[in-house]
Amino acid sequence: MVRYGAIAVGLFFAGWLFISFLIGAVAYVSEPPVPTVEHEFHEAPKHVSFSFDGPLGKYDQAQLQRGFQVFKEVCSACHSLKFVAFRDLAALGYNEAEVKAIAKQWAIKTPSVDPATGEASTREPVPSDYFPKPFANNVAAAAANNNAIPPDLSLMTKARHHGSAYVYSLITGYQAQPAELLKEFPDSKTPEGLHYNPYFANLNLAMAPPLSADGQVTYGDGTKPTVDQMAQDVAAFLTWTAEPKLENRRRAGLATILFLLIATGLAYMSYQNIWADKKKAAA
Amino acid sequence: MASVEHIDGTGPSGEDGVRRRDFINIAAVSFAGVGAVAVVLPLIDQMNPSADVLALATSPVDLSAIQPGQAIKTTFRSQPLFVRQLTPKEIAEADKVDASTLRDPQTLEERTVDGKKQWLVTMGVCTHLGCVPLGAGEGENRGEYGGYFCPCHGSSYDTAARIRKGPAPKNLEVPKFSFTSDTAILVG
Amino acid sequence: MSFPWAEQYTPKNPLTQWIDEKLPLPRLVYNAVGAGYPVPRNLNYFWNFGVLAGLALVIQIVTGVIMAMHYGANDLVAFTTVEQTMRDVNAGWLMRYAHANGASFFFIVVYLHIFRGLYFGSYKAPREMVWLLGLVIFLLMMATAFMGYVLPWGQMSYWGAKVITGLFGAIPVVGEPIQTWLLGGFAPGNASLNRFFSLHFLLPFVIAGVIILHIWALHIPGSNNPTGVEVKGPQDTVPFHPYYTAKDGFGAGIFLIAFSILLFFAPNFLGHPDNYIEANPLSTPAHIVPEWYFWPFYAILRAFTVDFLFIPAKLLGVLAMFASILLLFFLPWLDTSPVRSGKYRPTFNKFFWILCLDVVILGWLGGAPAEEPYVMMSQVAAAYYFAHFLIILPLISRFEKPLPLPGSITEAVLAKYGKTDGATVAVPAE
Repeated sequence: MVRYGAIAVGLFFAGWLFISFLIGAVAYVSEPPVPTVEHEFHEAPKHVSFSFDGPLGKYDQAQLQRGFQVFKEVCSACHSLKFVAFRDLAALGYNEAEVKAIAKQWAIKTPSVDPATGEASTREPVPSDYFPKPFANNVAAAAANNNAIPPDLSLMTKARHHGSAYVYSLITGYQAQPAELLKEFPDSKTPEGLHYNPYFANLNLAMAPPLSADGQVTYGDGTKPTVDQMAQDVAAFLTWTAEPKLENRRRAGLATILFLLIATGLAYMSYQNIWADKKKAAA
Repeated sequence: MASVEHIDGTGPSGEDGVRRRDFINIAAVSFAGVGAVAVVLPLIDQMNPSADVLALATSPVDLSAIQPGQAIKTTFRSQPLFVRQLTPKEIAEADKVDASTLRDPQTLEERTVDGKKQWLVTMGVCTHLGCVPLGAGEGENRGEYGGYFCPCHGSSYDTAARIRKGPAPKNLEVPKFSFTSDTAILVG
Repeated sequence: MSFPWAEQYTPKNPLTQWIDEKLPLPRLVYNAVGAGYPVPRNLNYFWNFGVLAGLALVIQIVTGVIMAMHYGANDLVAFTTVEQTMRDVNAGWLMRYAHANGASFFFIVVYLHIFRGLYFGSYKAPREMVWLLGLVIFLLMMATAFMGYVLPWGQMSYWGAKVITGLFGAIPVVGEPIQTWLLGGFAPGNASLNRFFSLHFLLPFVIAGVIILHIWALHIPGSNNPTGVEVKGPQDTVPFHPYYTAKDGFGAGIFLIAFSILLFFAPNFLGHPDNYIEANPLSTPAHIVPEWYFWPFYAILRAFTVDFLFIPAKLLGVLAMFASILLLFFLPWLDTSPVRSGKYRPTFNKFFWILCLDVVILGWLGGAPAEEPYVMMSQVAAAYYFAHFLIILPLISRFEKPLPLPGSITEAVLAKYGKTDGATVAVPAE
């Protein structure tokens, strides 16, 4: 009885799926799906190598400091970094006094309350503060940026596929809209106020090219600040902001796996020993 | 592991195969034990204060608005902190007492910074069971010794915040602090 | 318990004797997973996954309880508290990654455990109840995993909650009130987050309870084995301890190595980047996909694109998705072949491997975007899934001619080690 019912249900589901497939196949052949402009022109992030690539890679502190400088002088005007605190910068190799000075001199102030009047005011950030946001809220951010809200950058490299390469590609990927694109998709001209970038999901990005010229920042360590170099550095810095514990994680992982290999080897020998009688008896 | 080898090497048994097998089983189980302990460490450590909590472990206090005889109540590590400017009379009262007769013998000098004897900085946490004593606010009961008075079980502290009467065993705790200027301190 | 030759628990010192008299818990453990449980001597490595699933549950409960210590179940702070756990709590990143990847590993070992049961016929009489309880555990796991994924309150959390509760909205008439009731609002919000947190904390303990029933039900007939031939005598079994505890110890080592590789070196490999973006009710991710372990079912859900008479395609998809799991409850009565192990069932064997491939393909399609040609492929793959369980299996069990079975477990073991030619009954060596 169960089997007859089952066969009936099975015939229904399988049959209807097969009919759906036929309907879909006919539609697919008679009206092939039209490729979209994103499908045709979106590009995967460029290949770029970082010191932290590979399972045992580490951050390059000098590069992180340079990247932080780019963030400070360029990105931080519009983008927040709300999950990172000034105190975290110690991991970049700054000492306590330097961290304190960076916080104190930060261009954006931390919201506070006037102790005398209780009214909203601001104060200089201290190391325990998180990076203050450039805009008080999303409405203010949208109003100041042509209705596009600059996303928080703390987790950006983890929030995109191949995030580090993505950030680098996006920054260096601005270009004029290809002629073939306009020929094939005449309606897809980049709207006024947006910028064409094939590494961005929908190809047109509200952010203007943030790094437009070599030497936009001046590096203290003598590294030549080409656009390419600055883009790599800021991508490395944002990888650190997204995964500050990367080096701890890999160190702990190495120790754990070495330990487990030995322990598992012993467990295997123990297992063979215990079974030796049974296998001998059988063989 | 060394003790196991010892047993293995010098054991009375003549049957070598059995001993070697025991050794491997013991080693395997010991390794599992060591692994389990190593796993437990982070499980315990995660309950310690996190980095953001530790980052708030210092508090700056502005002293400029505190008049002699006045006290303010602020916070340090999420607990009340009393900062009080003593009047010369209060200092004299505190100095008059022979410290060796006290339950928790300490002089006012020992509880304040050199040359800034008028600034008494203490935790606002009664050393009995942790209530907040009265006396820091305007018009609050300062107890019979003119310092602080804990309403929970009646502990009285003097003008150097030393325990004088009641169940509390210790003087109010003086946290680590330093003067960053004449009118500002950093606690912690 | 199961076999008369099982070793008896005999406490030697007065303290253990006293405990045994007052509360025979050590005796219970001894008989459940100790020397008192006789197990077929020929189990292969596929029999490790039951114990490994238990280990995975322990990892999930321990790391989960710790995550709950640092988590704020409020839509305003949930994402931030998870991030702060990763950044500021001592070993917080370890706890969080272990919990997230632990869920994946739990599903990996449970899928292998189910695969083992399907191939070796462990669902058949007299072990139907073991199978049914296992499916209950599987359903509870899916509910727990889904609600847990909502808790970080990222984009995938939010939209996953919206889409999955939306499935209930496909039910005619009562659907929408049910969806609103599930969410405690018209869209996922603080109320939904709190109830998911509460249930996500509760259900693992319910799972632990059902696991006890699962093991209890297993101990009545005893474990199945790769030949599917019943245990005939003491020579066919070995005590669980130390024989299988040692083997499971080794298996646990391999499991932990694999887990550590992912946890420490690719902790986000199985996750979706969009869940590192805070939930935003105003913007839908380009491709909403659940976690990988739901992909085969998600593919079945999306395979229905055409209405059937008055039943809308959306409802059909929901019904099919639930049916794809519920049909497993009928499996012991759909496959009536008296032979358990797939080794001795040539026709079953071929279709079984097609099913495995089919499920892998469904998984791949479930993770792919909902566009052609993926939809057409998932229609074919889903059709095979239903046909396999509901049509092919009942038919083969009726018409198939099985291969000759070994006379006993011991005989099969001896044949494997080349002592006999395997056809005649061998006298056990011990």
